[in-house]
Amino acid sequence: MTTHKIALTVNGIQEQVEVPSNMTLLTMLRERLGLTGAKNGCAAGECGACTVMMNGEPVNSCLVLAVEAEGAEIVTVEGLSNENGLDGLQEAMIEVTGTQCGFCPPGGLISARALLDRNPSPSEDEIKDALRGNLCRCTGYVRILESVKQAAKGG
Amino acid sequence: MAEKMKSPSVPSPIGESVPRLDALQKVTGEAVFTDDLQFGADLLYGRILRSPHPHARIKRLDASKALALPGVKALVTGDDCKDRFGLYLKDRYTFCKDRVRYVGDPVAGIVATSERLAEQACRLVEVEYEVLEPVLDPVQGAQDGAPLLHPNLKEYIVAPFIFPQHGSNISNYFKLRKGDVEGAWSKCNVIVEGAYRVPHVQHVPIEPHITVAKFDHSGNVTLWASSQSPFAQRDLIAGSLGISPNRVRVISSFVGGGFGSKAGVSMEALAVMMAQKVPGHPVKVRLTREEEFYCSFVRQGLVSNIKIGADEDGTLLAMQTEFYWDAGAYTEYGVNITRAAGYSCTGPYDVPNVWSDSYCVYTNHPVGGPMRGFGMPEIHWGIEQTMDQVAQKLGMDEKEFRLKNCIREGSITPTGSKMHALDLESCILKAAEAIDWGKQEPASAPHKRRGKGIAIMWKAPAMPPNAGSSSIVRFNEDGTVSVGIGGQELGQGSHTVAAQIAAATLGVPMDSIRISYPVDTQYSPYEWQTVASRLTWSMGNAIREAALDARRQILELAAEHWDEQPDDLDLHDGQVISYKSERSEPLKNLVVYGLPKEDDSGWRGGPIIGRGMFMPNYVSALDPETGQGPRAVVHFTPGCQAVDLEVDIETGQITLLRVSSAFDVGKAINPDQVRAQMEGGVVQGASTTLLEHLRLENGVPVNPNFTDYRIASTVDMPLKTIPIIVEVPQDDGPWGARGIGEHSMVPTAPAIANALADAVGLRIHDLPLSAERVFKALRDKEAAT
Repeated sequence: MTTHKIALTVNGIQEQVEVPSNMTLLTMLRERLGLTGAKNGCAAGECGACTVMMNGEPVNSCLVLAVEAEGAEIVTVEGLSNENGLDGLQEAMIEVTGTQCGFCPPGGLISARALLDRNPSPSEDEIKDALRGNLCRCTGYVRILESVKQAAKGG
Repeated sequence: MAEKMKSPSVPSPIGESVPRLDALQKVTGEAVFTDDLQFGADLLYGRILRSPHPHARIKRLDASKALALPGVKALVTGDDCKDRFGLYLKDRYTFCKDRVRYVGDPVAGIVATSERLAEQACRLVEVEYEVLEPVLDPVQGAQDGAPLLHPNLKEYIVAPFIFPQHGSNISNYFKLRKGDVEGAWSKCNVIVEGAYRVPHVQHVPIEPHITVAKFDHSGNVTLWASSQSPFAQRDLIAGSLGISPNRVRVISSFVGGGFGSKAGVSMEALAVMMAQKVPGHPVKVRLTREEEFYCSFVRQGLVSNIKIGADEDGTLLAMQTEFYWDAGAYTEYGVNITRAAGYSCTGPYDVPNVWSDSYCVYTNHPVGGPMRGFGMPEIHWGIEQTMDQVAQKLGMDEKEFRLKNCIREGSITPTGSKMHALDLESCILKAAEAIDWGKQEPASAPHKRRGKGIAIMWKAPAMPPNAGSSSIVRFNEDGTVSVGIGGQELGQGSHTVAAQIAAATLGVPMDSIRISYPVDTQYSPYEWQTVASRLTWSMGNAIREAALDARRQILELAAEHWDEQPDDLDLHDGQVISYKSERSEPLKNLVVYGLPKEDDSGWRGGPIIGRGMFMPNYVSALDPETGQGPRAVVHFTPGCQAVDLEVDIETGQITLLRVSSAFDVGKAINPDQVRAQMEGGVVQGASTTLLEHLRLENGVPVNPNFTDYRIASTVDMPLKTIPIIVEVPQDDGPWGARGIGEHSMVPTAPAIANALADAVGLRIHDLPLSAERVFKALRDKEAAT
């Protein structure tokens, strides 16, 4: 299999990775860079557990080839918090108990972050629409929506 | 087991909505799931060749081309399997020996240096099958003359409370006879009968099944598995390998959703057998999402026939139920679901005359297994719709009819035991009130119709009579506490509740407690399985016992040191205190290093370790002919859901406006988490009601992906969910607590169906209530009038 050297920024850090042509962005993040926050739930772009931000847009990283991320700016769930603390969405999700098993938040939080970045005061329907591709089997979504609303309020 | 806390300046965490202990890890991506573990360059991958036929004989298997592929390390087939395994009925081999019984049955396993290569090698294995006639319907499968899936059923090892019918496809027959049903029908003024069907659905945890297995060179096995049952897996896998459970170590990190699918043993055994061929190498096997839909457990299908009669006052007199379970190719776990259905056959009603036959039927369908509710959502689907019709025929309000007939403390259950204290009436009243029951409300548009419905439920933990829990409480040098448990954090919040119980019993602050994790059968104390909504109750009792044991040791030490009586001492706010002498000593000064004797002649005490266990000792056997016995189960959690919905008569689309849930949980150790279970349960229940159906065409699953098998997303949730807690303590629960995890999705389907009937006068007997099905039923109804 042909390999390619790619350069990209992941959570603010410049990375150079050699990847085979058929490797997905998700596999590269998890197996090459050790960033296991984004999850593999279906490998078909249907569950949203692998969602990461690519140049400011949420993408299913299982459907993006690593080589397509050449030059891109990627943010994973690990990049939401930094030395200054948690993202407001993470704080809100803790406060309202927006997670149960914890497998879907890495993807859902990224979709929600992308929403708030482009629309700081979304309506309930806009939140639902932004998160409809992030499946959750535990919470019934009630507190996930609540956490996004609360984070939006907190600015 | 109420605890006397004499001077509570530190508030007890019991009954407090303490935040989840694992939330920070889970929102930062730090929480470790099994697939996140790194195994280095030795890691190999396993893939499974599966049967394309629902029923066939394996005539020839040739893997020579697969084995010739560079990078392929090993092959496993049925020839490598020694003994059959199973939880209640040992009816399956890890890999098929001579016969395949469902589409997806494992035929061969390939170990290779990558998943892709293993998959490629699987396609090179040549298998010749002789196709056999399949059994695709449980009612037909139960008849004499149906093709037999397990001709050797009578040789299988079986638990004493399971009754296989030799020479048939019935792997368990549960029979219940109470009172005189035949004589009672003539006294009924109203009798309603009906047949109700429930299709297969899947649990759909967002984390697919995954196991990494490794044999070391001395033959010891380690499994890293996403598992609800590390100890049951250790035991069953050791049994199937013919080695001691002490040589099998199961390590289980956080579980990304289970709902029953990760209970018992399923794909874990495949990984173990593949790893056995390559000692020294960890072998990773993860199910694809497609495999997840039909190669792990599914919820069994059900055909139920229900007949209920009441007198003119609306008092229930008789009930007859017949359950044919579409239990799939292997029923090692499923047999107990059909038993649970039998002893719970009336739903939460006081019925003097009861007749029930519950048949677990082998079919050439995916393997049925435990799923949230363990048979209860399936049987309540028909029971609760029939109850509604009885009330309507009597001209009674559906809520009032349920209040009149529901189970109460002292009622006699179908198995003949006396009901413990509980308050289902309050659940009914509160759930109904929350959606303004009895108030007619307008629909939001001319092409929509609005309706309200109600359904009640009960469910007991279904498990062997002697399912045990244990816990170890260890003090650290600074007075903090490590709590060892064997129960799993599946998302239900068990760690947080475990910490609350330990903190409250030991009189230490919540932040002094750390739960020892992950579960590792080599170090963690025994826990039967994380199933049956039993952890808060059973593991909670074990933790409390362990904490009380540690507490006793500390009080005795301090009493000796101060020359006082332990009864005058207490633990409070991280200190041991004396009410008599008003002395106090921080725990950190004595729980590891002990205390010096006054005369410098030595020391007393030492590291404090408390041990505790809990096992119910009162569950009795039931008479196989009548299902009667002193006590069938440990307890029942009852509850009620009420639904306010709109249906679009032009599309058949149902919109849930309000869903209220009220459950008697005995005592909510953490009310916020109890409410979270109710919210999540409603949506999983609504999803299985409105959207889900694993479609099997001639045994072939045709929709094993999220596009064709939709589960509820944000746009499908009810507009409003209202969770309500009712608390009548359980006599042997910690602080009176009972389980709630599964219960919250049990009555959802019939509550929605009853609301639909209220809205448009349609009674639909099949699930799901998809827009298509509702629309067609509306059209047919219109054509008929």
